[in-house]
Amino acid sequence: MSMKDLTPTRRQLLSAIGTSAGSVAAMQAMVALGHAAESQFTGPPTLSGARKGETVLVLGAGLAGLVAAYELTKAGYKVQVLEFQGRPGGRNWSLRGGDTYTEVGGAVQKVQFQPGNYLNPGPWRIPHHHKTLLHYCREFGVALEPFIQMNHNSYVHQTDAFDGKPMRYKEVATDFKGHVAELLSKAINVGSLDDKVSGEDKERLLEAMRAWGALDKDMAYASSLKVSGQRGYDRAPGGGVEGAPTPSQISSLSDVLDSKVWNQMGFFFNYVMQTTMFQPVGGMDMIGKAFARHVDHLITYNAKVVQIDQSATGVAVTYQDTASGATATAKADWCVCCIPATILGQIPMQVNDAMKASLKAVNYSASVKTGLEFKRRFWEEDESIYGGHSFTNQPISLISYPNYHYFKSGPAVLLGSNAGGLGGSLLAGMEPAARLEAILAQGEIIHPQYRQEFMNGVSVAWARVPWNMGGNSRWSDDARKQHYQNMVAMDGRIVLAGEHASYIGGWMEGALTSSIDAITRLHQRAQEA
Amino acid sequence: MNKQKFALQTALVALAVAGVSVPATADAPGAGGTQALGPETGEQVYRQICQACHMADGKGASGAGTFPALAENPRLASPVYPIIVVTRGKGGMPWFSNALSPAKVAAVITYVRTHFGNHFTTPVTEADVKKFGSPAPVIDH
Ligand SMILES: Cc1cc2nc3c(=O)[nH]c(=O)nc-3n(C[C@H](O)[C@H](O)[C@H](O)COP(=O)(O)OP(=O)(O)OC[C@H]3O[C@@H](n4cnc5c(N)ncnc54)[C@H](O)[C@@H]3O)c2cc1C
Ligand code: HEC
Repeated sequence: MSMKDLTPTRRQLLSAIGTSAGSVAAMQAMVALGHAAESQFTGPPTLSGARKGETVLVLGAGLAGLVAAYELTKAGYKVQVLEFQGRPGGRNWSLRGGDTYTEVGGAVQKVQFQPGNYLNPGPWRIPHHHKTLLHYCREFGVALEPFIQMNHNSYVHQTDAFDGKPMRYKEVATDFKGHVAELLSKAINVGSLDDKVSGEDKERLLEAMRAWGALDKDMAYASSLKVSGQRGYDRAPGGGVEGAPTPSQISSLSDVLDSKVWNQMGFFFNYVMQTTMFQPVGGMDMIGKAFARHVDHLITYNAKVVQIDQSATGVAVTYQDTASGATATAKADWCVCCIPATILGQIPMQVNDAMKASLKAVNYSASVKTGLEFKRRFWEEDESIYGGHSFTNQPISLISYPNYHYFKSGPAVLLGSNAGGLGGSLLAGMEPAARLEAILAQGEIIHPQYRQEFMNGVSVAWARVPWNMGGNSRWSDDARKQHYQNMVAMDGRIVLAGEHASYIGGWMEGALTSSIDAITRLHQRAQEA
Repeated sequence: MNKQKFALQTALVALAVAGVSVPATADAPGAGGTQALGPETGEQVYRQICQACHMADGKGASGAGTFPALAENPRLASPVYPIIVVTRGKGGMPWFSNALSPAKVAAVITYVRTHFGNHFTTPVTEADVKKFGSPAPVIDH
């Protein structure tokens, strides 16, 4: 018996610890063994004992502001929230039939979706490791369902690959992997890697390439039933007399390289893009609404913050009623400011210059998301695509299929664009009707059914969202180094929070974790004051 | 031998390329990438990029915040300020040094400085942009 046999496996150890000492110990042990350190979340804040009558102003009723209001109220503070819009949630938002959306510049869109259909213009997917967000969903009973991130049967499309024909992901990904495996094994076999890989490892690598690449006995990647077992068949297996499958033809290395499918393969490896992902049943705004059930009575809506002052004893925030234009001033002992940096950077605020500079240093990127309603689910009925994304190098960037009400007859809404970068700017600069036309023209290249089945659509260009004027924050490495700590440091009686004040920018988790950290420090300072 | 060497190179290139796909830190549009669009002239750059925020007439617009007017804007008198803003970004104004070459940045600033009621006729050059502008910021996290 070797030493190895006596050493318990990691799994045995963990289950022993888990059953004997409870899950906290198991968790700590897992972290020590290099597992599960995937979130800084260790539980909701447990603030308590606020001084009687102590007050906090929260600016912005996005998730950062809502969680601040919720937890500070629990801690005993008297909270008032000022919100520019007439609804809670901020970027946590869904559009449904009957809604009206007016973008910067004044263009108005009336959403015409059938009941039950919706577009999530902003956040739409929740990674399994965003534990803070998942905690509140659990606490408030927000029902979650799977968000299909990876779909082997959706399309990969490049205008200059395969004569512009969309290809199924499983075909090009299998072919890419097969060709690379064949080439690597050739390189090993002619001795090209002798100075880098030992004899034993060479054998193992060859074995890996054969299995991974679905290579044949001669280590070649070639059309066969075995390869079709991954990329799909010409005639799929069936029953009875004609049951035998026939193989499909692989594509050449050069064609596969044109498809740039490694982009998709790499995308699915991203930490924040990995499965399992979730979405709230009925629309993303279920989360903001769930918070609002607890704090709605604290929120002053249609209140545009225009100035933020502080003294040694308190804060005074001037705001304008967006309907009447009348201004008023709200006062409190403390302020948690959760307004996006795009806008806050333009509001006169009595804080130190370093904090002000940080608001100009953080940058934003904006995408254009579009909901298209079609008469029927042709992607399901004609093409066996259930959820997931088809990727294209056209400005729309992708088409994403609804992850709910599968197989239902009647109208359904898909995501017709999630355009970033230059494609996003291009579409954002159009008026909604022209934008919709461009999005349909690009989409019909992937799904020729588009024109026949189209009913209506609504597009949200984040650059032109009046209360955000940008999409998600992004920090360059240099700006982060110079300015981030200045942004998050509390200045007197004011502390900033929001996704921009986190290392999880562009995610709801960042908004929540930033806010929880901010109110924890605020509470500490209030206790000391 | 040549053929084998070629095969090896191809394999390594393929593997190397497979490794460089951009990490998605924020919620990203996805992996398709956007095909190179062809804004060439200053006017095309303005129409395809800038008017999303500064509006088709250059007059800007407001919501909870403001997209400043570029029309009749005295701050464009010196080319240095717009070069810095366009290449480095500023709050809600994104940087474009990753997407636009210095020549295109020069072209669009020249366009803006001579249209929308602005009459700053000295052209901005590629050399000006290289001198006063910032290189594309790096984002690793
Ligand atoms: C296109 C897109 C896709 C995204 N996808 C995902 C995703 O899949 N998963 C995910 O987890 N996250 C995603 N996000 C990110 C997520 O939406 C944000 O990180 C999060 O919702 C931000 O919350 P916040 O409270 O920081 O800001 P916000 O939600 O923006 O809240 C700020 C609030 O301040 C208000 N306000 C603004 N100006 C003023 C003023 N002057 N006075 C008073 N109030 C004001 C606004 O109306 C708003 O309600 C996405 C975002 C976008 C734009
Ligand atoms: C996503 C929206 C957006 C886009 C696209 C955009 N800008 Fe801006 N721009 C802004 C905002 C917001 C400001 C104000 C920044 C601040 O001061 O906080 C600004 C400021 C500027 C300024 C400074 C104006 C002043 O008076 O201080 C210039 C110059 C400018 N932009 C030029 C451009 C050009 C040229 C383009 C196209 C290449 C462009 N912008 C694209 C949002 C945008």
